[in-house]
Amino acid sequence: MATGVVRQYGQFTPKVMRRRRTVNVIMIGVFSVCAIVILIPLVHILMYSLIKGASSLNVHFFTKPPQPPGQPGGGVATALVGSGIILVMASLIGIPTGILAGVYMAEYGNRNAFATTVRFVADILLGVPSIVIGVFIWTLLVRPFHSFSAIAGGVALAVMMIPTISRTTEEVVRLVPGTLREASLALGIPYWKTVMRITVPAARSGIGTAVVLAFARVGGETAPLLFTALGNNFFQKDIRRPIDALPLRLFNYAIGPYDEWHRIAWASAFILVFFILILMVLIRRIARGRFKNVV
Amino acid sequence: MVEPTAALEPVHLRPKVAERPAQGEAAASQANVAMSVEGLSAFYGKFKAIEDVSLSFDRQNVTAIIGPSGCGKSTLLRCLNRLHEIIPNARAVGKVMMDGQNIYAPGMNAVLLRRKVGMVFQKPNPFPSMSIYDNAASGLKLAGRVPKDHLDEVVERSLRQAALWNEVKDKLKQSAFNLSGGQQQRLCIARAIAVQPEIVLMDEPASALDPISTLKIEDLMVELRKDYTIIIVTHNLQQAARVSDRTAFLLGGEDRIGHLIEYAPTKEMFTNPKDDRTEQYITGRFG
Repeated sequence: MATGVVRQYGQFTPKVMRRRRTVNVIMIGVFSVCAIVILIPLVHILMYSLIKGASSLNVHFFTKPPQPPGQPGGGVATALVGSGIILVMASLIGIPTGILAGVYMAEYGNRNAFATTVRFVADILLGVPSIVIGVFIWTLLVRPFHSFSAIAGGVALAVMMIPTISRTTEEVVRLVPGTLREASLALGIPYWKTVMRITVPAARSGIGTAVVLAFARVGGETAPLLFTALGNNFFQKDIRRPIDALPLRLFNYAIGPYDEWHRIAWASAFILVFFILILMVLIRRIARGRFKNVV
Repeated sequence: MVEPTAALEPVHLRPKVAERPAQGEAAASQANVAMSVEGLSAFYGKFKAIEDVSLSFDRQNVTAIIGPSGCGKSTLLRCLNRLHEIIPNARAVGKVMMDGQNIYAPGMNAVLLRRKVGMVFQKPNPFPSMSIYDNAASGLKLAGRVPKDHLDEVVERSLRQAALWNEVKDKLKQSAFNLSGGQQQRLCIARAIAVQPEIVLMDEPASALDPISTLKIEDLMVELRKDYTIIIVTHNLQQAARVSDRTAFLLGGEDRIGHLIEYAPTKEMFTNPKDDRTEQYITGRFG
């Protein structure tokens, strides 16, 4: 190779340096703009819904049931309680199922056909539109019992939580270094105990993150609840009966004709987004435990 | 201790069982052997990592396994507590005798075996979700219910044996990850000996540590030798010379299958190796 050519390419002339600086400034600008684009919707949603719904965000909003149309005041207490009940049921079903399925796929079903199938199905389930899940649960739990119910709503949300939790759990459990597993097995600790007491705890912050993410995702789901929980203007303790939920209340009030309803809908929107915000802060806290976690 | 008796010689040089002179004599020499390997081969899928290895490890001795990278040292070590078989498609063929039983015989329980054959790994691997105390106690705690005061006793004893007690006694409840690399490795040793195994396997236990920590681990090995049988894999020939009573030299051939080339008292091997390849290796001409 001619050394002249090498020298020519390797030289940093003032012209080359100027061009590099210009390109650098432009590219940093492009990247920054893209980063700002992420911020705009969230800030906008929070500000706008707060401004629009601020007048409704008072004690009554959280403590009073909805009022008959046209009457001022009233709140979404029924929806808050209903959402709480549905989410507790969804969590009771979805979290253990999701975690155990994920652990199974990572630790036991590494190479067998069954786990491969489950993994594939979970991936598809992740992408199934939530309204389809609502209709599916409707045929399963609403139609046979001739009543919309909180149970059906809880199951529909659980079905949405399971693939998120199980796939993420599988990924983080897989990330736990094999040396920990070996250290435990070498102590004469049985495999199942190694999994439950060493591997899973080492991945607990990752699993915790997955759980909160899944919870946040279904917390604001509306479509599956339309076919299952339906909504209710009154407090409902019987989980076999229709129950209110905050996203449902938001939906019904937003498409309603009254200004009062619209204000409450905006306030509900603010609360939903704020709820997600709180959960995300929680996730960041989980990531920092007392002991250093591996995953 | 290092008097060459029949039992101390490589098994393949010994007469076959049937030809041995007297049953009583064989039994007497057996008493000094913690574990013996007979015709062991190990595979990863179709790849054969070691072939027909036979040797025996003496009680309360340090045995070093040396050899160049990829010769199957670690594989051999991991066959001794059946940790080899947890790797998918890995298997071992042959006999490993301990307390008169072949650990590879059908019906033998790997979990129970590993209670008697502990292991320390190359990189310190304390359990991240546990405190120093819980790490040291983990072997007992995870095996079943143990009264708290007994646990305290075991933790203190094993941490003392691992020469770590004075450094950690005031912070037992802290995360093990706050310790230095050398301390973590000594904690791993404490964890392994807390369940009072007969044999402790060490897979290059000091190779990830600084020289001072390495020295501490070596001192520890010499100390632990009084109570345990220690088998150590090492890349470091000086280390083998410093700490071990006997040394096994493994070498992979053209086909990369590891064979046992020579097994002798360490002094003898390092001063007067019988095999040319051993001499070439320990004088640093390859590897």
